[in-house]
Amino acid sequence: MKRLLPALLLLGLAPGASAGTIYVSNEKDNTVSVIDGGSLEVVDTIKVGRRPRGITLSKDGGQLFVCASDDDAVQVVDLATKKVVHDLPSGHDPELFALHPDGRQLFIANEDSNVVTVVDVPTRRVTYQVDVGVEPEGMAVSPDGRWAVNTSETTNMVHWIDTEKRATVDHTQVGARPRYATFSKDGRQLWVSSEIGGTVAVIDAATRKVTKTIGFKLKGIAQDKIQPVGVRLTDDGRYAFVALGPANHVAVIDAQTHEVKQYLLVGRRVWQMDLSADQKTLFTTNGVSGDVSVIDVEKLSVVKTVKVGRYPWGVAVKG
Amino acid sequence: MRPSAVPLLLALLLPAAAHAQEAELRIGYLTQEVEAPPSLSTPDEPVPDAGLMGARLAIADNATTGRFLKQRFELDAVTVAPDGDVETAFRDLAAKGDRFVVLNLSAAAVARLTKPAQAAGVTLLNARAPDDSLRAEGCAPNLLHVAPSRAMLADALAQYLVKKRWSKWLLVVGRRPEDALYAAAIRRAAKRFGATVVEEKRWTAESDVNRTAEAEVPVFTQARAHDVLVVADEIGEFGEYLPYRTWEARPVAGTQGLVPTSWHRTHEQWGASQLQNRFKALAHRPMTPADLDAWTAVRLVGEAAAQTRSTDPAALATHIRSPGFAMSAFKGVPMSVRPWDGQLRQPVLLAADRSLVSVSPQDGFLHPKTDLDTLGFDQPETGCKPH
Repeated sequence: MKRLLPALLLLGLAPGASAGTIYVSNEKDNTVSVIDGGSLEVVDTIKVGRRPRGITLSKDGGQLFVCASDDDAVQVVDLATKKVVHDLPSGHDPELFALHPDGRQLFIANEDSNVVTVVDVPTRRVTYQVDVGVEPEGMAVSPDGRWAVNTSETTNMVHWIDTEKRATVDHTQVGARPRYATFSKDGRQLWVSSEIGGTVAVIDAATRKVTKTIGFKLKGIAQDKIQPVGVRLTDDGRYAFVALGPANHVAVIDAQTHEVKQYLLVGRRVWQMDLSADQKTLFTTNGVSGDVSVIDVEKLSVVKTVKVGRYPWGVAVKG
Repeated sequence: MRPSAVPLLLALLLPAAAHAQEAELRIGYLTQEVEAPPSLSTPDEPVPDAGLMGARLAIADNATTGRFLKQRFELDAVTVAPDGDVETAFRDLAAKGDRFVVLNLSAAAVARLTKPAQAAGVTLLNARAPDDSLRAEGCAPNLLHVAPSRAMLADALAQYLVKKRWSKWLLVVGRRPEDALYAAAIRRAAKRFGATVVEEKRWTAESDVNRTAEAEVPVFTQARAHDVLVVADEIGEFGEYLPYRTWEARPVAGTQGLVPTSWHRTHEQWGASQLQNRFKALAHRPMTPADLDAWTAVRLVGEAAAQTRSTDPAALATHIRSPGFAMSAFKGVPMSVRPWDGQLRQPVLLAADRSLVSVSPQDGFLHPKTDLDTLGFDQPETGCKPH
C-alpha cells in the first residue's frame, strides 16, 4: 500500500500540471478557496460576502465575479490582490450568472424576484431587467451572444432572452426544477438539468425544442435521489458530464449519441463542475463532504480529492 | 345540478375565455371560521389567514408561469362564518365555474361536500383535514388530499424514534376526539416499525394547570420504563406543559416537542428558503403548515395546467392522478398522488420549536416503489374501495 501511494500521487499530478488555478466558492464559509492546479492543494482563501454561490471569471481572467446571495450583491474580486474591490448592482438574491462573450454584459438570475438582471460590468450599471418565471436559477449565454437563457425552478421552463431585443421571445418546458443550462461550443445545443425531474434535456437552439431527454439509473440508489445539477460539455463535443447531487456521482454521457457511458463516484452532494483550459481535468464541488473531486477526463477516473471550505458550491478554472 | 346543465354552463364560459385570448382557470378556496376552543398551553395566537395566504402566493406563482402559456389563474376565496353553511358556499363556487376547490375545513365538512362536488364535476383538494377516514371509507374519486394524514405524520415520527432506538413509548392522550385519532395513528405506527407503547395515560384535567404543572406532570408521568413520551393533544390544551417536567428525563414528541409536520419556519433545504422568503414578502409573517398545504394544492392545479398546456378541468384532474405526474415542492423529492386513495406522497418534516430536526422517510426504511410510501396507508392496506 505504502509503495503504491507515490505512484498514485504522480498520476494525480499529471493532469493537474497544466490545470492553472481553481477557484471554489464555499457557501457556508463566506470564502473562496484557491487551489493550485499543479500541486492540487489549497494555497489561499479569499474572504467574500455572505453565501457565495455562482462564480465566474472575467474575460481577461483578472477578476472573479461572485454571487454573494445573502448580501444581494455580485462581488468583484481582483485576483492579483485577492481582495473584493467592489460590488456590481445585482438585484435581489443573485444565485447564478453568465457572462456575454463581449465581456461586458453579465446576466444574473435573481432567485427571489422572478427577474433576470443585466449588468454592464465596466460601468457597473443595470442595463435592463427581464421578467421570467418563478425562482430563476440557471443562466447561459450562447457562444455567438445572441441568446441568453434562464431556467426557472418553479415554473419549469427555459426562457429565451433575445439579447438584441432585450426581451424573452420563447419558452421551452423542461422537467421539474431546472437548475443549470449550458450551450455546446458550436451553439447548436442547449443542455438543461432538471433536479427533481431527474433528467437532462438536450434542446435544439434553432427550434428551441427538446430533442432528447436523458435519464439516469444507478444501482442501489433510489431513483428520486438522482438529482442532476451541474452540466459541463467538452469543447470537442465528445463528453457531457452531469453532477447528480445527492446521488454522489458524476454521469459521463457520450455527447453525440446521448448515451450514459458510466458513473464516477465523487464526494457527497456533487453540485457544480468546471474543466481545465486544456480540457483534460474536470473539477467538481461536493457540498456535504466539503471537498473538490479531480477527474482525469482521458481515463475517466477520480484522481484526487481536495478538502476545501464548508459547502463548496461554484467552481471556476483559470487557464 | 342536472347533468344537462353542464354543457350549457361550459358553453357560456368558453367565449369569455376565448375573448381574452387567454385560457382562464378559476380555483376556489373554502374555509370556515371556527370558534377555537382555548388552547391553554401554547402562547401563540391563532393565525386568522393561515392557509389563505399560501393559496394567494400559489395563484401568483401559477400566474407567473401561466403568462408564458397564455393561462390565467384566479382565486375565489370564501370564508364561511362559524354558523354559516359550507355546502351553500360550495355550490356558489361551483356555479361560478370553479372546478377545483381547495378545502381548509374540518373532516366533517369535507365529508359533506364530496357528494355535491361529484355531482358538479368538481375536484376537491383537502388542504387541512388529516383524518385517515377521509382516505379510507370516506374516500371519493374526486377528493385529493394535499395535507398529510395522521398516519403519515405518526409514521414519520415513528421512523425517527426507531432510528434513534427510542422504541419504548409512553403515550399520553388528550380528552378530545381528534386526540384519540392521533393516538390510534401512533399505536399503528409503533406496530409497523417495531416500537412498543409500554403504557397509555389519559390527560383528563379540564382545568388549566399552568401554575401547577411543575407539581402535576412529574406525578402524572410516572410510568413503566420508556424512552420517550409521545403526546396526542392536537389543540395544545396541555402538551406544552410536559417537556422538562416529566418524572424521568425523557424527550417529548408528537403534537408537542418534536412534531411531525408538513412545514416549518426553519426549513430551508431544497430551495425552501426561496419559498419562505416569497411568502414572508407577501404575508409579513412566517409560513405555517396550513399555508404550505394550500400553496401545494393550488400549485398542483397550476403545475398540471403547465404540463398539459391545458386548462380543461377534466383533463387536469386526470393528469394529476396519472402515474406520470410529479411536482417539486421544496422537500427534495418529487411528489405525486397515490392512485388508491388520492393522497399526495410527500416527505414529512420533524421539527422542534426553533429547529428542524430531521426529514422522514428515514434512510433505511425502504419501499419497492418509492420510500415515500413507507408513510401512511400503502396500497395493500388501503380502506378506500373503488367506487
